[in-house]
Parts: sequence; C-alpha cells; structure tokens
Amino acid sequence: MKVRFDRDVRRRWKSHAISVAALACVILALIPLASILVEAMIRGLGAVSPSFFVETQPAPCNPQVSAVCEQGGIANAIQGTLILVGIAAGISLPAGILTGIYVSEYGNNRIGRSVRFFTDIMTEIPSIVVGIFVYALLLELASLGWLDRRLVFSALSGSLALATIMVPIVARTSEEALKLVPTSTREAALALGIPKYRVTLRVVLSSARSGLITGGLLAVARASGETAPLIMTAFGNPFGFQGLTQPAEALPRIIFYYGISPFPNWQQLAWGAALVLVFIMLAISVVARLALRSRVARRGVVA
Amino acid sequence: MRLENLSAWYGSKRALQDVTLDVEEHAVTAIIGPSGCGKSTLIRCMNRMHETVPKARVEGKVHLDGEDIYALDPVSVRRRVGMVFQRANPFPTMSIYDNVAAGLRLNGMRDRRRLDETVLRSLKQAALWDEVKDSMDVSGVGLSGGQQQRLCIARALAVEPEVLLMDEPCSALDPIATAKIEDLIFDLKKQYTVVIVTHNMQQAARVADYTAFMYLGRLIEFNRTRDLFEKPREELTENYITGRFG
Repeated sequence: MKVRFDRDVRRRWKSHAISVAALACVILALIPLASILVEAMIRGLGAVSPSFFVETQPAPCNPQVSAVCEQGGIANAIQGTLILVGIAAGISLPAGILTGIYVSEYGNNRIGRSVRFFTDIMTEIPSIVVGIFVYALLLELASLGWLDRRLVFSALSGSLALATIMVPIVARTSEEALKLVPTSTREAALALGIPKYRVTLRVVLSSARSGLITGGLLAVARASGETAPLIMTAFGNPFGFQGLTQPAEALPRIIFYYGISPFPNWQQLAWGAALVLVFIMLAISVVARLALRSRVARRGVVA
Repeated sequence: MRLENLSAWYGSKRALQDVTLDVEEHAVTAIIGPSGCGKSTLIRCMNRMHETVPKARVEGKVHLDGEDIYALDPVSVRRRVGMVFQRANPFPTMSIYDNVAAGLRLNGMRDRRRLDETVLRSLKQAALWDEVKDSMDVSGVGLSGGQQQRLCIARALAVEPEVLLMDEPCSALDPIATAKIEDLIFDLKKQYTVVIVTHNMQQAARVADYTAFMYLGRLIEFNRTRDLFEKPREELTENYITGRFG
C-alpha cells in the first residue's frame, strides 16, 4: 500500500513549480540571444555579397536623389579589427599571463595582493574611460615632443587602448587558471629537483593550459566587440589599412557610425557588419573548444 | 643520512622537537605514529620540501654523505633525495613516458637514447613496465590508483636519487595495490635508502628494517623493527603498538 502524506504532495507541487519557474527564466534569457541572432541574420544577410568583403566605404547615397547607390563593403573594418586585435593580443597576452603567474605563483606578499587588487579594479573601468586615457596620454607625450602627433589617432593607439582593456582580463583569468593547478602537482615537480621557475613554466603553465586559452580568447572576444575605446584612438579609416601610424577602422565602430547615419546603403552595411562580428565571436569559441578537444584526444586520455 | 636536533615550525606552531635520527643506508626505515605527530613533516625536512610551505621554518642539521643539506642548494638536494607522496600525483598533461622522463627533461636532458633507457629502467624498477609498455603515449592520469603511484615511484627513480622518501604511499590504495608497492619497496632497498612514513603498523612491520615511533613532534623510540615491536623500551611505544591509543 502506498502511503502519502500531505507533506509529500506539497513538496512535489513545490518541486514542479520551481522547475517550471527555472524553465521560464531560461526561455526569458534566451529570447534576447535568439532575437539578436535572427535579426542579424535576416537584416545582415541582405548586405552580404562578394563585394561586401572586398570593397570599402561607399559614397553616402540618398535613394530619393540618386538613381543608383554604390553598395560598398566593410573590408576596411574587417582588416582593421584583425590588425587592432592582433596587436593588442600580442601585447596583452604575454603581459597578462606573466602578471597572472606572478600573482598566483610568487604573489603571496603585499605586492602580489596589491597587483591583484588593481587588476580587479581595472576590469571594472568603463572602456570609454580607457579610450580617453590612452588618447590623453599619447596627446600629452606628443605635446612633449616624445612622439609623432599622428600617433594619437592610429592603429597603434587603438591597439594600445584594446590592450589596456585586455591585460586585466587575461591577468585575472590566468591567475584563476593557475590557482586551479593542485599544489600536489607543483610539489611533485619540485621534489624531482626542478628549479621553481622551470616548474612554473613547464609544469604549472601546461597544466593550466585550457584555462589560459579560454581566458585569452575571452579577452580577444571582448576586445573585438569594443567600440568606445576606439573612437578617440583608432579613429576610423574609410579606405583600409594604411600603416600602423595611420588611423584604422574596426567592425564595432562602423556598426555604430553607419548605424546612426541617415543613408540606407550605410545602414545596410552596419547590419552586415553586425552579422560578421557575431560570426567572428562564434568562430572564436568554436576554435577554442576544438583546440582543447584535439589536445586531449592526442594525449589519449582514457578516464 | 643523519638528522641532528631537527626542529620544524609552521608559522608559530612547532611540529618537530629536536629529532635526532640515523638512517641506515640501503635499508628501509619506517616512521610510525598517530596523525599529526610530525611524521610527514620529518621526511619533508629530509629533502627540504618543508620550506616550500609559506611561513615554514627548520632548525637543526640533516647530513647526507657528511654534508649538511641545509648548507646546499635545495634543488640539488631534491635531486639526490627523491620523494613519493600520499596521493599519486602524475603530471596531468603528460603521457606515461613524459612523466617518467620529466625529471631529466626539465633539467635539460635532450639525448633521446638515454631518456629511453632511463624510462625503461625506471618503469622496470617500479614494476610497472609490463603493464604500460604498449601505452607509453597515454596520459598518466588514465592509470589505476596503484599504477599511478608506481608511476610516481618510477618518476622519482628516474633522476637516480640516493634516498627515496615515501609519505604514506599506500594510504589511498587497495590491499592488492598495497602489496605490490610493498614488494617493490623490498626490492628498492638493494639500491636505495628508503624512508617510509606509514600509519599502518603492520606495513611498517612487513617492510621496514628500522622503525621510528613519533609522538607529538618528538622521536620517542628508534630501533630495529623487530625489537621495537617485540620489546619496546618506552611505555608510550608499547601503548601505541598495542592499540591503546592513536
């Protein structure tokens, strides 16, 4: 005979209610994500054509006045984003990972704790402030005559701004990844008579590999989507890459710039650029997962 | 190996009090005692691993071949005094081969032939070769617990230490894996000086030539294993080995 108490019925009912509530929250959270993807697809695909990837900024066009509008493309922005983020990653990944190593492996002291405190604060700084900071810094240096005034609006200054945003992210994620490596792994290596710096570089770093890659890609993804710090540094460039000391374009910047313009051909490009940016993000995370998976498979982990 | 008035602290907490102990070469010395008595701290002082813990401190001397290891470079000491830990800790990202070769490789050895020879010799010494010879490229963490522990022993032997310290090497293993490791310890003493910490008195009685009994950071009694178990001189030792406390 099955005995049922009131309590049990109530408990079951509560359990169902909470499951339903959780599911509702999941759906609620997925709505914006899905609508972004769908909207970017529908509106963005209209812009995509072979010329979209090879041409640069078209002449602004009012369809009521001109019969034929130049379609143009976003080659300048794709190229610019790759260069800006590439240089920024080249600066920030080594700097950030080294900071993470210091704080995690050697930072059990006042300096280590203050470095961690300041990297924490730096991740919270609004990115527009970082842009103003780099702009003001370079302008100041230029007015002292230490560097060329043109550098204030250049691919280099844009990269510097993005790197400033990336360093604390990379530093914090690497520190966390390194701290997840168990002490027993460090001890095993130390007990073999391996000097500490080599234990850190060859054993700890490789054990934390997946966390480091994830952190690096997170920072790259974040930098690829930043608009604000580039407005006053990379500045934008409708023609394409003209050298590191010249202004450079970036995808999020043209989304902003074309998106608020009154010209339909520019607005169309903004939608297309949004779609490309979404795909770049997607590609980054897929590549990250594949890279991690193939590593493990090659090692042949059984359990 | 000779320990002289060895004391150790974690911060302000004293874990070892004036331990003096002669470790016989090419013999197995067991260290027994209840939890928290300083057994692990004692052997961690014997290859200078104790000082890797923040705020840890050591006083006294540990002589190895007539030299005080506290006057030497800790890295070179650890090459001469190897260690196996309580929980098997193979390097998670390395294959079986790489785990065993790690000690040599990370110290700059590149000669592939000598590495191959060393890996083969160490795995044979650790009685693991027959079980892993076809899977040298497989990750070390895919092995069973007992195999992992023998892998760690092979890894420690690969750098050809003089002394092998084992910190409760069987406490996480089942009886069959434990028996294998005990057989192995018996073979190892022909070539190495072995010091083993164990909380299992039967294990000490089975594998050790000498046994030291520790209590509350002090060395209470040290003798040939048979003598210590059959006619202990100290009342504390007798109470412990007869199971009256601990």
